[in-house]
Amino acid sequence: MSATSASRSVAMGKGAFASLRYRKNRDRVIELLLLACALVAVFTTAAIVVILVWESSFFFEHVTIKEFLTDTMWTPLFADAHYGILPLVSGTLTVTFVALLVAIPFGTIIAIYLSEFAKNRTRETVKPILELLGAVPTVVYGYFALLMVTPVLQKLIPDLPGFNMLSAGLVIGLMIVPYVASVSEDAMRAVPRYMREGSYAMGATQLQTAMRVVVPGAFSGIAAAYILGISRAIGETMVVAIAAGMQPTLTFDPTEPAATITAYIVQVSLGDLPHDSIGYQSIFAAGLVLMLMTLVFNVLGFFLTRKFREAY
Amino acid sequence: MAAVMDFEELRRGLYWRKNLDKLFVVLGLFILLSCLGLLAILFLDLVRDGAHRFGWDFFTQFPSRKAERAGILSAWVGTSMIMLVTALVALPVGVAAAIYLEEYAPKNWVTSVIEINVTNLAGVPSIVYGLLALGLFVYQFDLGQSVLSAGLTLALLILPIIIVGTREALRAVPKAIREAAYGLGATRWEVTKDHVLPYSTGGILTGLILGLSRAIGETAPIITIGALSFIAFLPGSPITGEFPFLNFDWLKSEFTAMPIQIFNWVSRPDQAFQQNAAAAAAILLGMTLLMNAVAIYIRFRFRKKINW
Repeated sequence: MSATSASRSVAMGKGAFASLRYRKNRDRVIELLLLACALVAVFTTAAIVVILVWESSFFFEHVTIKEFLTDTMWTPLFADAHYGILPLVSGTLTVTFVALLVAIPFGTIIAIYLSEFAKNRTRETVKPILELLGAVPTVVYGYFALLMVTPVLQKLIPDLPGFNMLSAGLVIGLMIVPYVASVSEDAMRAVPRYMREGSYAMGATQLQTAMRVVVPGAFSGIAAAYILGISRAIGETMVVAIAAGMQPTLTFDPTEPAATITAYIVQVSLGDLPHDSIGYQSIFAAGLVLMLMTLVFNVLGFFLTRKFREAY
Repeated sequence: MAAVMDFEELRRGLYWRKNLDKLFVVLGLFILLSCLGLLAILFLDLVRDGAHRFGWDFFTQFPSRKAERAGILSAWVGTSMIMLVTALVALPVGVAAAIYLEEYAPKNWVTSVIEINVTNLAGVPSIVYGLLALGLFVYQFDLGQSVLSAGLTLALLILPIIIVGTREALRAVPKAIREAAYGLGATRWEVTKDHVLPYSTGGILTGLILGLSRAIGETAPIITIGALSFIAFLPGSPITGEFPFLNFDWLKSEFTAMPIQIFNWVSRPDQAFQQNAAAAAAILLGMTLLMNAVAIYIRFRFRKKINW
């Protein structure tokens, strides 16, 4: 090896080391940038909590927690103002209940059918199409509820008012069917094949295997699907704002019109309330209640899904 | 004798159980098809109700007090601008977050806090994002009831969708590809940028389109931050004829959007406006379904093309 080529390779080596140090430093900086982006999720959650608590704290300067939780009227925008959240909560729960009456049976049957009975090809074609149902904008579902479902229901129940919680609930139920079906189906498919084969070997039919082996085996996953469905129904806004009416009423009768928490927030936002008015602050208090209600279900759902992933 | 009777009973029981199986298949198919059928009916009804409103004028007219003269010009322009902001913010942040979680994150409490937050955010009702934006963007940051506020709000809203989609795409790239690149002396970022990311483009694109298709139909959060339902002007054009050719005034402009316009029209008792709502809803629904179809197609194409 000649002297010149040796020195050249040394020089190259130095360059390579310098560049390696540069590249490693660059990696470090990029890693921090990526971490910062990932932390946006944490900051968003923190900001939601801070903003809701901060803005409602002004509301609770005017209104005692006792009045908020026990008064049976919600009329913050009237001269005779009452600040009881119960009518909004009753509306929310009634709509959610109606929605679940549709979503749970339909979603579960579709999930069992797709997971245990349908051929692979059918499943692969149907699942994406079913997910389209969940992709329809909620304002379109609102149109559907008010102008198509309500007139049909009025033929069945003649004195049904034009705005009612029944039609809003039914349409929300239809809206979350794909979600419930898809999460439950994933849970059922996670049940190992040998458990089914054991059941078949004992002479059970497909339906018996599905009902007595697969469904109990996937129980926590299916429960998670229901719970996440509930949290979606509670948070759904446009369908109720369009089809269920805007009048806060303490009732659990789905054939009556009533406002939900979300519909109230929309109603206030449509008006032009000044920043420091009690009406403006009341939507944050309502939002805080909504957030707490969905949070309970989300946390429950999170732990249930984690459990079923660990089960096998 | 007893054995024969048992056999008969077993046969009858089996017959009954097998019929139950068939009955369930029929029930499952029926419910599945009725859900899909309802979607089809909904779409056809929107098209039928709004049919006579489709036309060039509908796209080029501002909203009006007269239903026949009202159009969706300010709505679709507003929606396009919001989507532009949303995509430009959510894509880089979401992809970067996903890369961190999938390629870099050590197994420690910070990582699990981030993961729990991403999962939880996906379940937060969209109207709560609206309240966040109203308090934070509109008043604290003083961005006003603008296109920028709306775009940022929807970007936060679809962040979990993009993160989850990107993570799935990254996870699908086999370890061997990474090991080979490391073996040649590449740093972690070089491995990610030159090898892992190019292979996951399809998945990332799918996630972005699905996220945007969600954002385009979101109504509640932008009502909350104060979108107006009657806007008879357009935000300034982003591209101008004079130097520097770009104009950012539109970001601060007041706006309306497609779903807001639909909500406004559907809430009026006048049937003529409800037909406008149907026409606009058919257009919005068509766009959403188209975006979803494109996303499914891209996912399918990339899955087929890549053979590890």
